[in-house]
Amino acid sequence: MQNNNSVIGFILALTFVVALILALLQNGLKPIHDKNEALYSKKATLAAVADHIDGDFNKINNDQIQDIFDSQIKQMVLNSEGSVVESAELESLGVKGGMAENLDLTREQKKKPEDRLLPLYVYTKSDGSKYYIVYTRGKGLWDEIWGNIALEEDLKTLAGVSFDHKAETPGLGAEIKDNKEFKAQFIGKKIYDDNGNYTSVYVRKGGAKDPVHEVDGISGATITADGVTEMLQRGLKAYEPYLKTIKS
Amino acid sequence: MADTTIVQPKEAAIKFGKKERKLITDPLDDNNPITVQVLGICSALAVTTGMKNALVMAVAVIFVLVFSNVITSLLRKQIPKQVRMIVQLVIIAALVTIVELTLKAIAFDSYKQLSVFIGLIITNCIIMGRLEAFAMANKPWESALDGLGNGFGYGIILIIVAFFREFFGKGELMGAKIIGGTSDYLLDTSSIAWLGWYENNNLMVLFPSAMFVIAVLIWAHRAWNPKLVDVS
Repeated sequence: MQNNNSVIGFILALTFVVALILALLQNGLKPIHDKNEALYSKKATLAAVADHIDGDFNKINNDQIQDIFDSQIKQMVLNSEGSVVESAELESLGVKGGMAENLDLTREQKKKPEDRLLPLYVYTKSDGSKYYIVYTRGKGLWDEIWGNIALEEDLKTLAGVSFDHKAETPGLGAEIKDNKEFKAQFIGKKIYDDNGNYTSVYVRKGGAKDPVHEVDGISGATITADGVTEMLQRGLKAYEPYLKTIKS
Repeated sequence: MADTTIVQPKEAAIKFGKKERKLITDPLDDNNPITVQVLGICSALAVTTGMKNALVMAVAVIFVLVFSNVITSLLRKQIPKQVRMIVQLVIIAALVTIVELTLKAIAFDSYKQLSVFIGLIITNCIIMGRLEAFAMANKPWESALDGLGNGFGYGIILIIVAFFREFFGKGELMGAKIIGGTSDYLLDTSSIAWLGWYENNNLMVLFPSAMFVIAVLIWAHRAWNPKLVDVS
């Protein structure tokens, strides 16, 4: 048995060495981590228009993602009334460079709906057609789920979606992210009915009944699918004020 | 202290004889951490949905196991007995954090998929078990071999389980599509008449299937190696 002082001394020395190593490593790798995070969310944004990107989206590399973002994407931030927030104002709110990609979306989600800032990405395909990529966030079974939804130029038809989640069950809820067939169903669905009323897209348990506004759910993942329905319903609606201004 | 004055015989340099070889081969078979000692089952269930994840996890555990064994072994005479568990935990936690930060920088996709399970290496009982049982009483070189052996023993089972789950669950191996009902698979079952019934079994992707696969592995291991059969 050693006396208490030498025990405390040993523990202090150990803690000091470990803390020093970890702090140095964390600080040294921080720029790479930030870059990876940014690219990851950019890739998720582009995944919504995966079918409209030149080349195979599955084989896209980080430089190409950055290229597309620089040349074919116009990004903006909207407020809940549907007007574009100027980049100078965004910078005063702490958004770096006043860019939509630097918006802290977790923090926005905690605000009241009327105070929320919404990122919008406009993707111009090489043939000139435009796609509007909107972002929405909701709740799955275990934790948050979020998604990027691309609208066609008519602002009624879905051009593609990409979903992600924090902690859904692999093979069940996580299928919203992993299952290509599930995501492909959304393409071509309309979010307005023939009379121009807002309907959103419904994820129906047991199979879609309406071929224009509904998609098939995932067996064993009803709650996650309901989360997707709710998130689409509310998320697309939030962009309506702005989308109306460009429609007219 | 008294024991510091005793002149110790010079430790034999790194050697690799029969005893050392056994340190590596024993955990692969007779003393496998998963199928014989039934340790580390939790992560074996969680990360074996795909071979890529299992591989990253195996490498991470081997790294942590080898280095924590060596560090603990180097410090074994200094570590105060009263707090040795805490010290071991600090060493493991530090190494796991290093793995996590490194993965986040060089393999971001794997980091995202493994998410919480990398952090949970800290609680992997194989590591703590080896530190207590081996590294606290042995020299660094032997401890390194012991860590390597146990890491491989763990990793190999992980990869076998992942192989079955990924192949029969998704029809993929390392993310490459092998067998399935659409034309983007290498072997398109819908185009072969006698295989048209085949469909990938989603149950294999879910957690229960990991239990089944590990149980069958344990049985197969015992059937193959009669030394392991409990005679009592």
